[in-house]
Amino acid sequence: MVSAMAVRTLIDEGTVWAALAEVPDPEIPAVSVVDLGIVHRVAVEPAAIRVEILPTFVGCPAVEMMRSAIADRLAGLASRIEVDLTFAVPWPSDRISPEGRRRLAASGFAPPLPVGDAAAPISLGRAVSCPYCGSRRTVMENTFGPTLCRSIYYCTNCRQPFEQFKAV
Amino acid sequence: MTTIRASLTTTVDPALRNGLAELLRSLADDEFVIGFADSEWTGIAPILEEDVAMSSIAQDELGHARAFYGLLADLTGEDADHLAYDRPPEAFRHCRLLDHARGDWAFTMARRYLYDTADSVRLEALAGSSYASLAELVAKIRREERYHLLHVDAWLRRLATAEGEPRDRLVRSLETLGPDATSVFTPLPDEEALVESGILPTPMAELRDRWLDGLAPVFAELDLPMPPRDADLTRGREDHSDAFRWMYGEFTSVRRLDPEATW
Repeated sequence: MVSAMAVRTLIDEGTVWAALAEVPDPEIPAVSVVDLGIVHRVAVEPAAIRVEILPTFVGCPAVEMMRSAIADRLAGLASRIEVDLTFAVPWPSDRISPEGRRRLAASGFAPPLPVGDAAAPISLGRAVSCPYCGSRRTVMENTFGPTLCRSIYYCTNCRQPFEQFKAV
Repeated sequence: MTTIRASLTTTVDPALRNGLAELLRSLADDEFVIGFADSEWTGIAPILEEDVAMSSIAQDELGHARAFYGLLADLTGEDADHLAYDRPPEAFRHCRLLDHARGDWAFTMARRYLYDTADSVRLEALAGSSYASLAELVAKIRREERYHLLHVDAWLRRLATAEGEPRDRLVRSLETLGPDATSVFTPLPDEEALVESGILPTPMAELRDRWLDGLAPVFAELDLPMPPRDADLTRGREDHSDAFRWMYGEFTSVRRLDPEATW
């Protein structure tokens, strides 16, 4: 029954996911790495917890901070924590959870419009709602923004510039 | 540098390793060199929005270069930073199109248009590569490159349809770059074996034709000079210009101060 005892000492995967839900995105701290949908896989093994994460953008400079924040949060749950990057599936912005989208909007970021089929061209014509007043009378100022994952908009109703999490 | 958990990285036939390494090196060096050239616009673009756009595009391209160097490093056991900064200039394998100095805004947009559209044809093919870690990375990169294509398409049309100097500068730039445009599709060493194994699903010559066929209607509509189909691509990724040696001096300058420093 030695193996059964070893199994009992393992942390269950749900505990790991719950811990990950407390790790904030370094650039938009209101949203967790789970809300963002960047956690690809969690594996709990006798000697280690392995987490694989999907970068939102290939060149995202926050990835290293995310890795160390995840490793720090999980420290103590297993003797070894491994956090690896993977491109096994391309992270689409559609992976942001409904809760993540709500939290983005509450932080002043318009959530990304649905992307759906990756082969389709990005539609820039669709109206983006202002995260401050909800108006759809907004204009895109720049598809590029202060970070790789943000575009810049202006709301002609409440006259606020705002950022949108880029649809990718 | 970050480890990427790539699928099936270790299952390459040893006879294909050199060819695959050359393919990865060409992709990485292309993105690295154009990323550096784009970054030169930070702070000096014609309008602030373009400062933001070019800086962001440069960051994307350097991120793609980092990821390609990472795949190359996984394959050869080298270090990705070493690959980017410690090789002599003649060891770089970016294409001749990227060997020109930054030039003016019209020149930059002309080159970005040629490179981005050509790269997009190349990436579309590589998304079907039998080398899974490359296919996975390319699938991700293609989603980001769509924003670059939208940006440069808007600029090409804006400059081409403007009267006078903007259009003249664009046309002159396309004429200068034309003979080097197809160098993105310079045949690779060991290309036959790469194609046969499915690592490179389509021969470079066929990709070049696909690209030119897609370019033709756009350039006809805008009355722009087409790049020649039959440019000499011998040493298309091997000989580098003084303009590149200047860039090389710039992008290695900090690293050379203390190559052993940890950051």
